Amino acid sequence: MSAPTRKFSTAGSPQLPPTTSVTEVMLEVLLALVPGIGAYVFFFGPAILVQMALAIAAALIFEVIALRLRGRDIGRFVLDFSAVLTAVLYVLCLPPLMPWWGAIVGMFFAIIVAKHLYGGLGHNVFNPAMVAYVVMIIAFPRQATDWTPPTALAHPALSFSAQWIRIFTGNLPVGLQWDAVSQATALDTIKTLSGKLYTLEEIRRNPVFSGLSAYGWYWIAAAYLLGGVWLAGRRIIPWQIPAAMLGSTLLITTPFNWMDPSIHPSPLFHIFSGGMMLGAFFIATDPVTGASTPRGRVVFAFGVAVLTLVIRRWGGYPDGVAFAVLLMNLSVPLIDRFTVPRVYGHRDPP
Amino acid sequence: MIIQRARGRFPGGVVMPHRKRLSTHGKIESLPLPAQLILPLSQHLGAPAKSLVEPGQQVCKGELIAMPQGQISAAIHAPTSGVIHNIEPRPVPQPSGQNAMSIVLDADGHDRWRPRNPDPHPLEQPASRMVERLRRAGVAGLGGAVFPTHAKLARSVETLIINGAECEPYIACDEMLILERAAEIIWGAMLLRHTLGARRCIIAVEDHRAETRKALHQALLDSGLDECIDLRLVPSRYPEGGERQLIQVLTGWEVPAQGLPQDIGLLCLNVGTAAAAWRAIRYDEPLFSRVVTVTGPGIRRPGNFQVLLGTPIKELVAACGGYTPQATRLVMGGPMMGLALPHDDHPVVKACNCVLVLSRSDVETMFPEMPCIRCMACVDCCPAGLLPQQLFWHIQADKLQRARMLAVEDCIECGCCAQVCPSHIPLVDYYRYAKSALAQRDEAGRRADAARHRFEQRSARVNRAEQARTARLQRRDALLSTPSSGDRKAEIAAAVARVRAQRKPVTDEKQ
Repeated sequence: MSAPTRKFSTAGSPQLPPTTSVTEVMLEVLLALVPGIGAYVFFFGPAILVQMALAIAAALIFEVIALRLRGRDIGRFVLDFSAVLTAVLYVLCLPPLMPWWGAIVGMFFAIIVAKHLYGGLGHNVFNPAMVAYVVMIIAFPRQATDWTPPTALAHPALSFSAQWIRIFTGNLPVGLQWDAVSQATALDTIKTLSGKLYTLEEIRRNPVFSGLSAYGWYWIAAAYLLGGVWLAGRRIIPWQIPAAMLGSTLLITTPFNWMDPSIHPSPLFHIFSGGMMLGAFFIATDPVTGASTPRGRVVFAFGVAVLTLVIRRWGGYPDGVAFAVLLMNLSVPLIDRFTVPRVYGHRDPP
Repeated sequence: MIIQRARGRFPGGVVMPHRKRLSTHGKIESLPLPAQLILPLSQHLGAPAKSLVEPGQQVCKGELIAMPQGQISAAIHAPTSGVIHNIEPRPVPQPSGQNAMSIVLDADGHDRWRPRNPDPHPLEQPASRMVERLRRAGVAGLGGAVFPTHAKLARSVETLIINGAECEPYIACDEMLILERAAEIIWGAMLLRHTLGARRCIIAVEDHRAETRKALHQALLDSGLDECIDLRLVPSRYPEGGERQLIQVLTGWEVPAQGLPQDIGLLCLNVGTAAAAWRAIRYDEPLFSRVVTVTGPGIRRPGNFQVLLGTPIKELVAACGGYTPQATRLVMGGPMMGLALPHDDHPVVKACNCVLVLSRSDVETMFPEMPCIRCMACVDCCPAGLLPQQLFWHIQADKLQRARMLAVEDCIECGCCAQVCPSHIPLVDYYRYAKSALAQRDEAGRRADAARHRFEQRSARVNRAEQARTARLQRRDALLSTPSSGDRKAEIAAAVARVRAQRKPVTDEKQ
């Protein structure tokens, strides 16, 4: 008798589109890594980009294989860029002249083993990039620790074509030995030489050191800091994690450094060397493998900082970020259980 | 009078674009009289109203046609004069999608009122009289919860809060009411405060539009009530207008879990309810119409309207120029907590503060649902301090008891978590499911307990009867085993005589 009735589809509230998506989050994290990658290429040359291309290709291929084997929808999961991010973070932890199979083996362990064997996106217990790095460090320690100096310090310096040949064939230009071309990192130098009872002032005269930590490396760390602060400002990563991790590092290393500066490096050195900055903003903030309560993530970040410093000082490896992260990944269910927040209107947490 | 900014805040929440300007360019408009009005008997929380009319009966505008059943129930009045067509099940806006009993009224077009008794001095009446008159006027909470107001006024409180913080996007009915009828709101607040015996009265309004603040301030000054009522500005952050969040922002206190604001001496009422209460008492106008915002990208000419309850939504939409080609979803209420309706043949009810028609780009998203990546965006925005992520994992695994331990029943279903989730998981659907599944399992548990209790009682009774029978048989055996004596013979003779006496009437009848 009046207007005709019109039908509509229904769904549960809320009825507005979400403000972001997994793909957007991953892409923004990759964007935040661009300053760091740029600084890396500036100081060490473009070899790292070759590694990145290898790792990304391997990661995507393994992801497709795993999804097909598991019978999952390929387009949705490949386009979420999480595999690309894993590949980039993995490559940034390893030497730029690592052999080509390093990226392949690493991505196999990252994507197939650490991610898909544990259930795929959102279900993995361990950080895939860190699992891959640890596999390389333990199974292929020589190839995974064969660092080269920044191009400005390198005598002789390798050209890009020479680097390319080194990555894919393992050969160096005629007449050059690997010992002449490689150089230990700052942390590695400290570990080796303090084992021989040199003091820090003596160790620091080594040309690999410069400025806040090592030549080139502190600029790269500063670039990670820049990208990380932008990410935190955009609310992609919670600011509490890097703040807790870097803050704990400062808190712990300051008294040690004050007590005996000839053995314990300064707090700023710790923060700007090795994987500490990358770990604070990009690795410890991995959402899937981190804690899932507000206080829990602070505990997690604190734990990563403590374990990293312990391994650096007393452990067998020069840098401990990867092991620290994996050990804290193990502790996440326990942390979550004990840090449940209080709910509105209740007196005690559940 | 200084307008103060509330200093408290609630955790989490989401800042959302308001989108209210879409409909607030004009004034509150009225609509032509609809031909037929459908009035569901249950438009409020609590028991449905009981119909007082028969099909074919003539009613006047404002006449009581259904009375409240019990304390928590509300009356229903005829929004216009006409003839009762029938009382039958009709589609009503509710999540189950089922029909409900409704009074169907055919309007006669004359809009004739019943006799009215305005009260020029309502503040001089005793409180109990106020409560009874509000009950008879069918006033219920117009903020969306539609709790019968007279039942809310049963306990006296220290502070009355009038909630003008309309936090959901698109809805603008409270804002328009404040801009045009601030005096009614303020006098309604005074009336309710007098009824409650409250010492303080606060009107809270969001700070994003200066005109609303100015309208209330001016009305307070004009009426001379600026010393009696405090005006507070609250931040425009969803879900600021939620009762628990508003109380937390204004006072810093939290309403106890499973409790009510009255437990901490507060009461919260919507500005629309205050205005309706004023009109009911001062002018003897029962609640049969309300301001409704009709808006969204699917409506050709959005606006705010004074709508008679029972008006079919499709007529409301037609009065706004109809649907645009993008119209994809019809929602009663706001985009965050509203109810999606399967068709537009539903009537406007007391709870309907907004008719929102959304477009395809609003409701369909480019990115499909992904697994939860444990990013904690939902945890950071939950205003109740819950762990939406953990609740989701437990509900998915059917561990509902664990979800209950993590306080899923304290979820206010505001939708903040689903709004920020990068994996596009419909989180609130999971919590709604969990709450109703837990309620079902509780009910099944209660019935099982009752059945067990009955069984135990029956077993005990049967046992007792068995024991009594055994005891009786033992006594008889004991008696029979003793040798006969003279007394025994007399007993036997008496027993034989009794049996004969019982048998006699039968033999008499046979003869």
